[in-house]
Amino acid sequence: MSDWINVAYLVTAVTFMLALKLMNGPKTARHGNLLAAAGMGLALIATLFLKDGDHSILHNAVGELKSTNLLLLGVASVLGTIAGAWSARRVQMTAMPQMVALFNGLGGGAVALVAVAEYPKLFTHTEAEAMPLGIRLATTVLSLLIGGISFTGSMIAYGKLQELLSGRPITWTGQKLINLGYLIGALVLIFVLQTNGRMDPPFYGLLALALVLGVTLVLPIGGADMPVVISLLNSFTGCAAGLAGFVLGNTALLIGGGLVGASGLILTLDMCKAMNRPLSNVIFGAFGSNAAIQASGSSAQGTVRSTSPEDAAIIFGSANSVIIVPGYGMAVAQAQHVVKELASKLQAQGVDVKYAVHPVAGRMPGHMNVLLAEADVPYEQLFDLDEINSAFPETDVALVIGANDVVNPAARSDKSSPIYGMPILDVDKARTIIVCKRGMAPGFAGIENELFLRPNCLMLFGNAKTSIAKLAAVLE
Amino acid sequence: MTLIAVITIFVLAVFVGLEVIAKVPQTLHTPLMSATNAIHGVILVGGVIVLLRADDTVGLAIGFLAVLFGVLNVVGGFVVTDRMLEMFKRKPRSDK
Repeated sequence: MSDWINVAYLVTAVTFMLALKLMNGPKTARHGNLLAAAGMGLALIATLFLKDGDHSILHNAVGELKSTNLLLLGVASVLGTIAGAWSARRVQMTAMPQMVALFNGLGGGAVALVAVAEYPKLFTHTEAEAMPLGIRLATTVLSLLIGGISFTGSMIAYGKLQELLSGRPITWTGQKLINLGYLIGALVLIFVLQTNGRMDPPFYGLLALALVLGVTLVLPIGGADMPVVISLLNSFTGCAAGLAGFVLGNTALLIGGGLVGASGLILTLDMCKAMNRPLSNVIFGAFGSNAAIQASGSSAQGTVRSTSPEDAAIIFGSANSVIIVPGYGMAVAQAQHVVKELASKLQAQGVDVKYAVHPVAGRMPGHMNVLLAEADVPYEQLFDLDEINSAFPETDVALVIGANDVVNPAARSDKSSPIYGMPILDVDKARTIIVCKRGMAPGFAGIENELFLRPNCLMLFGNAKTSIAKLAAVLE
Repeated sequence: MTLIAVITIFVLAVFVGLEVIAKVPQTLHTPLMSATNAIHGVILVGGVIVLLRADDTVGLAIGFLAVLFGVLNVVGGFVVTDRMLEMFKRKPRSDK
């Protein structure tokens, strides 16, 4: 019987791997996701057939059905399904990053809870004897620590993205030292737990430390770096789930967790590479705090030229080629549909329109792609950094919508700038730049943008959706 | 399962994860992150085991929460990913 369960878990693992493989292309990606969901369902059904010693997990030692446990399982499943599906259906596309953060945190919380429940059983269960107690103890304790960090860390990330908390880095004196202290404390507790038998106080102490660490590690990270944080915490939850697989001797958990842990890490490092900043700088750099602004120092001098939708429309009217550069501002203003409308009108007049998507534009990798896809912008019109940068010098108008740091030329020229070295979109090389922005406030990195002072740059102040809609209307 | 078997499975899974992901285009990174987010919801399996094995009130409460969190992670994760991917699949249509 237990052979069949393991076969089912193997099939689940294969669906997970195939799903990630199908994610390689936009046409097959959806099938991949559904396949993984089906695999998950299979694993859950198989789990109900597990045995506890010599009897089914659904029955107790004297053969009675565990009705209370089953009732609670049913209630939790129904509640979770309704709430999960409802919130996932209702959420705006622009709020997707925080939704992912929230679900990720819940996953981390589930891992920590499983560790809490398994801990006392480590010392009584005889079933998994093939695994030495030391290993099961170490993996339980580690999954508790990582799951706990992921839980509260994701909740803070959610709070920052939902703007319940300030998006600015929140720092305090001695922060790094205190965090280091927490970390050392956690290591000491792990050592204590590892070298002794069952000890509840240090175990729950470690849980408390993990929860505190999640908060204190994420609070000092700025809103713009949240995509990296979510991706990293996603990887954390994956690792923690994999470790829980060690404890439970469960292959579905082992493989699922291992896959996510590894892929999440790759994705995280990819994002850091796109910003040309090491991961340590993202996590500990408090990027975009006041200190970073002062460090950049060089406040560029010049005048800002503002324009109106009517004047901008005239410029578009005489353009032959336009590149649209979307940023977080477009997401906030929900302007993707009017942007697409503007692009369609321009295309109808024979203008060549392309979209330039920076790898870290928005609050998640590929955030802009999702929004533009929502607005039915054909996939073929989207270009990434390497493909589009050579096109800017031959472009009449670069329309920047709510993007800032990713088009800041200081990244190329100003060595003292915190973003120096980050690959940017070279919009400043276009003949005219129109920047649609709410005001002169700096971007999330907290740095002035000298682009806005260039003579060929015009500022179209106001809400992106209203401004672009007006522009499109005048363009008739 | 023996320790070495378990470690083998885990290490191989990590390598598959590294290989499979390296080829995913940037456009799909958000849905990818969201899909892997749903996949680690497989911890729900652990939650179900814990809840079914619970034999006291505290154990039941912990198991209940673990399952609830796990289900939210799984269902929410897959539904959100599906919504994102649905948009990529749609054919570009002419303006209304």
